[in-house]
Amino acid sequence: MGTSDPPAPGEHLTESFYATTPTRFTVFLRTFLPWQLWRFARINLKMLWIIGKSHH
Amino acid sequence: MSRVVVLGAGVSGHTAAAFARKWLGRSDEVVVVSPLPTYNWIPSNIWVGVGLMSPAKVTFPLAPVYERARIDFKQARATEIHPDGRDGDASPYVVVESTNAGQAGQREEITYDFLVNATGPKLNFGATEGLGPDRHSLSVCTESHAAEASRALDEAVERMRRGERQRFLVGTGHGGCTCQGAAFEYIVNLEFELRARKVRDKADITWISNEYELGDFGMGGMHIRMGGYVTPSKIFTESLFAERGLRWITRAHVRKVEPGRVEYETLEGDEREAGFDFAMLLPPFAGVGLKAYDRQGGDITPTMFMPSGFMKVDGNYTAKPYEQWVAADWPRTYQSPAYRNVFAAGIAFAPPHPISRPRQSTRGTPITPAPPRTGMPSAMIGKSVARSVVDMLRGAGRPSHTASMAEMGAACVASAGANPFTGTAVSMTVFPIVPDFQKYPSYGRDLDYTFGEIGLAGHWIKILLHHMFLYKARLRPGWSLIPE
Repeated sequence: MGTSDPPAPGEHLTESFYATTPTRFTVFLRTFLPWQLWRFARINLKMLWIIGKSHH
Repeated sequence: MSRVVVLGAGVSGHTAAAFARKWLGRSDEVVVVSPLPTYNWIPSNIWVGVGLMSPAKVTFPLAPVYERARIDFKQARATEIHPDGRDGDASPYVVVESTNAGQAGQREEITYDFLVNATGPKLNFGATEGLGPDRHSLSVCTESHAAEASRALDEAVERMRRGERQRFLVGTGHGGCTCQGAAFEYIVNLEFELRARKVRDKADITWISNEYELGDFGMGGMHIRMGGYVTPSKIFTESLFAERGLRWITRAHVRKVEPGRVEYETLEGDEREAGFDFAMLLPPFAGVGLKAYDRQGGDITPTMFMPSGFMKVDGNYTAKPYEQWVAADWPRTYQSPAYRNVFAAGIAFAPPHPISRPRQSTRGTPITPAPPRTGMPSAMIGKSVARSVVDMLRGAGRPSHTASMAEMGAACVASAGANPFTGTAVSMTVFPIVPDFQKYPSYGRDLDYTFGEIGLAGHWIKILLHHMFLYKARLRPGWSLIPE
């Protein structure tokens, strides 16, 4: 699996070269509708847990 | 009959006033004092700042909403608190100055049984020479600032279309700033928008902030489980920036902004500069400058307020080193220690200390993010304070509800590009907001409740929150069922 974009020429001279970058598959999943519909439900549930846990 | 006066109609003050009105009897009064005639849903200012929304989409007039809710609205700026009343009359009161056209500057005294100070921040652009929309940089702190940033962005895009390169500088305009999250949202939205307008190849975009590491966000960063590792937010944020071709400068105190350049000091004590054609730099916050007086007119401001202008509440303000900070330092009830019928909510309360580890440059300049108080904790504090005030009016001897930032979590959705199919946002939760290293020794937070991920789902949630919270703020039917 390749990365989203290979480092541009000269990139190794910058701080970006040392950062983690996502693979193409990870980037694809970010806007892949079926996966994102599932994540929408899951994240909403997580946020509701947090809200419930935070009220005193 | 009793009267509750709320100073401020931002997230915290508006929430406190609405719930106090809901829970109090018809014979009781709720008065809101705000210098602005409109409510601003500040999280969506980011979209105004990149031209995707008009200011009208993130604001609405307060007067009709309060009239419908039976809340007395005074468009005025609070200037003085007299918590002991005056000689011969012990009724506490506040002094306000009208900001209404035609009555500007007219003073009025409003007595209260309970006072909630939710005045929010003073946008302290003056702390850095040349900072701010009236000088040489832009802001998205208010809807009008954001609209101005949007116009400047349009001009920059026009120049890029003519073939000119443009340098964008986004971040914090002082070593003591907070709200790095808002600046983060702006820079990634800016980058997304420049791609959408097909001029990204002509833009050099740089982040500058007072964070020790990227992803600090004024809360000491966060750790999340990801890909079989417990990963600090530095990794997550650097990855986002690297992927989008954003450069970054951290550990920086911007000292001066001039047309086209900033001067900044680093933690190492170096003096450096960065050039720009477009700079959106957030200001540090201070209290709004309320003064307090005793019965004889003596100045008791230092009794009620910290030198920063934020109000002292039930936190532990004893100065101590970072290693001795504990979650219990953070206020729980937001009641003034000096006056049982005075509370501060939202940004108006004085935090006991930062959340991020404090650092100063070799020259002694503090370069440390101030603690954020975003929408969710501000609203929860406002609601908790309203409940305590109502219960105390009904006879409770002390505040009945608590909302410590060291005991509550926060959910945050940071837009990273606004499009219903190709947009993304970072969805984050932390629990608790203020790390508790006694309860969670490894990372200060519960990793089961602390997570972050980027995706289109986050953008949908951000849109949902925009409409949901504006509906709630308009006090439409069922508003109180929508969680804070």
